[in-house]
Amino acid sequence: MVLTEIDKKIIRILQEDFPLSPNPYQDLAKKLEIEETFLLKRIEFFIDDGIIRRFGAAVKHREIGYEANAMVVWQVEDTRTKEVGKIMAGFEEVSHCYERPTYPQWQYNLFTMVHGKSKEECEEIAKKIAHSVGVWDYRLLYSSQEFKKTSMRYFCE
Amino acid sequence: MDNLDRSILNRIQKGFPITSRPYLEVASQLGISEDEVIERIKGLKKTGVIRRLGGIFDSRKLGYKSTLCAIKVPEERIEEVAEIINHHLGVTHNYLRNHPYNMWFTYIAPSDEVLMNALHQIKKETKIDDLIHLPATNFFKINVNFHLKEDA
Repeated sequence: MVLTEIDKKIIRILQEDFPLSPNPYQDLAKKLEIEETFLLKRIEFFIDDGIIRRFGAAVKHREIGYEANAMVVWQVEDTRTKEVGKIMAGFEEVSHCYERPTYPQWQYNLFTMVHGKSKEECEEIAKKIAHSVGVWDYRLLYSSQEFKKTSMRYFCE
Repeated sequence: MDNLDRSILNRIQKGFPITSRPYLEVASQLGISEDEVIERIKGLKKTGVIRRLGGIFDSRKLGYKSTLCAIKVPEERIEEVAEIINHHLGVTHNYLRNHPYNMWFTYIAPSDEVLMNALHQIKKETKIDDLIHLPATNFFKINVNFHLKEDA
């Protein structure tokens, strides 16, 4: 899919703070010098096509009571990664689940982000997942400090 | 944060209305006024509960390449190295974690070439060669959406 210059302008403006006015799309359309109906159609297309993964409010999970989040890394046999990844993705406490490459100094190939109210809860969740997939070689990596957390700005380079 | 705030958050984290009067639509679903929805969202942004309102894009669909990296940073250099890494615009997340590979960051770039050059640059700038590059090869779930219980 080739994005037009106007598409890129729309994407750029949707990465900024969305207006908190009664007619936010009309406000954006005016800035972009396009019709509001055209803007609404393009946004709907971006969502249908998956270019926009989610449209709405990004919430800080610490602020809503998910104090602990662990990156759980798993060492899974190569032949089982697809099957295991799908099962792990089915847990509602898991927000992200990816397969990643391994190196001699790094043997964990499945990554899940697990969210809980406490470290103990994260450990319980990881144990529950381990039981369901039969994988026992895993570690919970907690973030002790956040140095940066931003949204990517596309088409701004 | 009260129950109404939670209801609003549950309604607008995903599927924010794509209609001329989105706040009015949320308001009528919750039985409150458009003004109140807008004021509540302003409040949630002010207190930091809402990080941002808008679109979350799929970097792959836009032709961008993304990766996760882990780097082994000596204890006494943590702040300094974090600053060097954060300085790169393509770095969107950077955390300290409890592992010998203690600094974990994500990098998003318009192409593989730009990405690899940037990682090379980071090694040079930090003078740390022990960096592992972990681009995802399979995506089983990408979903950051939290349901808030409305009975509390």
